[in-house]
Amino acid sequence: MKFTHVVSTMAMAAVFATGLLPLSVSADDNLVNVYSARKEALIKPLFDRFTEETGITVNLVTGKADALLKRLQVEGNATPADLFVTVDAGRLHRAKAAGVLQVATSETLDKLIPAHLKDVDGYWYGMSQRARTVFYVKGKVDPAELTTYEDLADPKWKGRICIRSSSNIYNQSLVASMIDANGVEATEAWAKGLVANFAKPPAGGDTDQLRAAAAGVCDIAIANTYYYARLIHSKKESDNEVAAKLGTAWLNQEGRGAHVNVSGVGVTKYASNVESALKLMEFMASDESQTWYGAENNEYPVVKNVEISPVLKGLGEFKADDIELSKLGTNNRAAVELMDRAGWK
Amino acid sequence: MLVVISSKSSYRVNWLTSSSFVIALLLALPIFVIAGFVFSGSAEVFTHLYNTVLFDYVSNSILLMLGVGFGVLLLGIPTAWLTSVCDFPGRKIFAWALLLPLAVPAYIIAYTYTGLLDFAGPVQTTIRQVTGLGYGEYWFFDIRSLMGAILMLALVLYPYVYLLSRAAFLEQSASTLEVSRTLGYNQWQGLFQLALPLARPAIIAGLTLALMETLADYGTVQYFGVNTFTTGIFRTFYGFGDAVAAAQLAVCLLSFVALLVLVEKYSRRKSRYHSTAEFKAKAKLIPLSGWKAVVAFFICFLPILFGFLIPAGQLAFWSLTQADLSDGSFFQLAWNSFYLAFLAAIIAVGFALILAYAGRLNPKKVVQFSVATAGMGYALPGTIIAIGVIIPFAWLDHQLIDAAKKWFDADVGLVLSGTLAALLFAYTVRFLAVSLGAVQSGLGKIKPSIDGAARTLGCTPLQVLKQIHVPLMKSSVLTALLIVFVDVLKELPATLILRPFNFNTLAVRAFELASDERLIDAAPSSLLIVVVGLIPVILLSRSIAKGRAGS
Repeated sequence: MKFTHVVSTMAMAAVFATGLLPLSVSADDNLVNVYSARKEALIKPLFDRFTEETGITVNLVTGKADALLKRLQVEGNATPADLFVTVDAGRLHRAKAAGVLQVATSETLDKLIPAHLKDVDGYWYGMSQRARTVFYVKGKVDPAELTTYEDLADPKWKGRICIRSSSNIYNQSLVASMIDANGVEATEAWAKGLVANFAKPPAGGDTDQLRAAAAGVCDIAIANTYYYARLIHSKKESDNEVAAKLGTAWLNQEGRGAHVNVSGVGVTKYASNVESALKLMEFMASDESQTWYGAENNEYPVVKNVEISPVLKGLGEFKADDIELSKLGTNNRAAVELMDRAGWK
Repeated sequence: MLVVISSKSSYRVNWLTSSSFVIALLLALPIFVIAGFVFSGSAEVFTHLYNTVLFDYVSNSILLMLGVGFGVLLLGIPTAWLTSVCDFPGRKIFAWALLLPLAVPAYIIAYTYTGLLDFAGPVQTTIRQVTGLGYGEYWFFDIRSLMGAILMLALVLYPYVYLLSRAAFLEQSASTLEVSRTLGYNQWQGLFQLALPLARPAIIAGLTLALMETLADYGTVQYFGVNTFTTGIFRTFYGFGDAVAAAQLAVCLLSFVALLVLVEKYSRRKSRYHSTAEFKAKAKLIPLSGWKAVVAFFICFLPILFGFLIPAGQLAFWSLTQADLSDGSFFQLAWNSFYLAFLAAIIAVGFALILAYAGRLNPKKVVQFSVATAGMGYALPGTIIAIGVIIPFAWLDHQLIDAAKKWFDADVGLVLSGTLAALLFAYTVRFLAVSLGAVQSGLGKIKPSIDGAARTLGCTPLQVLKQIHVPLMKSSVLTALLIVFVDVLKELPATLILRPFNFNTLAVRAFELASDERLIDAAPSSLLIVVVGLIPVILLSRSIAKGRAGS
């Protein structure tokens, strides 16, 4: 029968193709193996540039941070991974605490990256940063009214705030930073107040909150800066219109500063290619890469004096919270628990 | 284990039984690993959830199951009945087109409908422009709700019920119905008093699959902000960084599923359903005309419209007009997805055949228990299964590494972890319920007396399988292949965590872009999943139809 024919041919082709794949990856000077929680599209171009320049091959597996961390843990000393990349400091801290990273520092990196954007013990470095702040509907909100994160729990914002679910790590980190500033009890009271001010039950992503605000569902939306910047950059007119309707407000400028988080990278404990891994990290901190983060992903550089992308410049300068970022990791659990208690879905 | 296949029939029994034993235990291993977590860690997380959100999660999960269960039956059974027993315009096309929504991943359909129906989407924007009303001044269905999640899941999961119950309707001998007519039953009595009860195991099998997938769903409910028990599992895993507590919650979910399965088994008790006809008369279709044909047409057309045409059309529109197509690796991605799904389907169905057959021939309690355990993996979120897979694989890898060091003084590195073997294993575990369900419901309809007769005539069990069962249940086997294939195409979490370096699939690409809130750029990959899924849907449904046409 024809169908069986087709099936067997495809099966053979499939088996053949499987055989071609590298089954395991071994130590090699010209190689770095990366487990990355950062999406391929947001990191691979950088690795390709690195390979072009140095001839060092970069193998990449992307996935969710906690799953990759688990994979690192069970693979133990046999892991092929040399680098672990995440998009938030909390996960880097978790990796450090789980014992899957090692102290790997370089003078170059230490010189380039400011103290609050790297691990105190040298387990990881931040590579790009973003802020989580408030975007208000122009004409409906006087930006002078927007003062602090704490103030968002004030009843005057009742039914006016859009923010996504508390399952999201960005919100968890924000609350973790508030726990550090104000303690658990005060933060829980704050979360309750904030929940009471929601315009709608949390759903969707940050971009959805921005769109909802522009469409009139709420007056202010809380989102990461790069989502807003992406709307400005977008080729879609309706996206540009959304961005045009919104203004950026920087909170806690008189106090600790706006909440920021980093994407970062650490060398794994059982890395076989530490030297190449450090080279790649230094490349990620180079001016070229740091500019790329801004241009391609609308993130702020971690290295001082690197040109910030024009769109981000348009958001204005701000004072950033210089909380020791590993605290976002240690406070994360308490943050989730208090959001559960506060009824933040 | 090396098994010598002897020509003597008694050894064949041993071969079958022992391999089914090994396969069943192996496939149940990840679930046992997860279940093993019950004995470690503390109840702290559970207490916290119990005190705060657990009630909400559990009641949402139950409502979701009830809603989706009702929805898939409502969409699946009438369409299956109409396309297999009645004749009306478009029937032949509907017969396979009704399967199309199966190829659409639930979270993708959720994204597309949200894009359309959300407050900021084109539909509501038009309403506001036309009427001049603002937010809150008019009522519109909120897609991001429990009801929305039920609708989305029912639209893409009803094909399970459709597929299995249609296979059952087709396999019911036409004579059964005809005899009922001569005995004075009209069409409707024939349907409700004969066809439906006879198809019950298949309908239940389809419903079970749909409900298990509903329980395992994370993408859709999370996007809609509907917190279910599965949300709780992931909150614990990602939010608390506590894999152990997450696994414990997963065990609760498993126990719940086990309970449901037991209740269903009990309600069926001793009844068995076997087709009586050894040869099948070519069934006479009931011709429908006039308003009846119109109603039948719409009953079949609407699920396709909402489950496939609208979302696929939206994806195609985004792909063609706005998406970033600069990355030209689509062919590679499609090929990776295709052959992974293909291999997984062959393996899963091969294993299912061995297990189902061994269970029928020589039921062993241990094997039955392991098969039932592994089958419940379908209700677990893929990430949890993946964790259950990497732990034993990594353990085995470390044993291999130690052995190689000791005896050959060689460093072999990870042999199993992070390879396609691990991935295929995970797929087989996750989708065993699917393949087994379809195969078993086909096998169950063949009278054991046929086996007996064939054995008496000197057939070995393997010959019975090859020469009698496979031809008789060809459509069930093809159905099983199809479902596993399409499910693997859509599978995401296990693929994400277990795949080798530099290896991507369409689902991974679609997810990465979508979760980065670039829905439009995710459209081409999503559309390709649907397209690649279409090929076997059409091929196999034709083949099933052919099996039907010949007597």
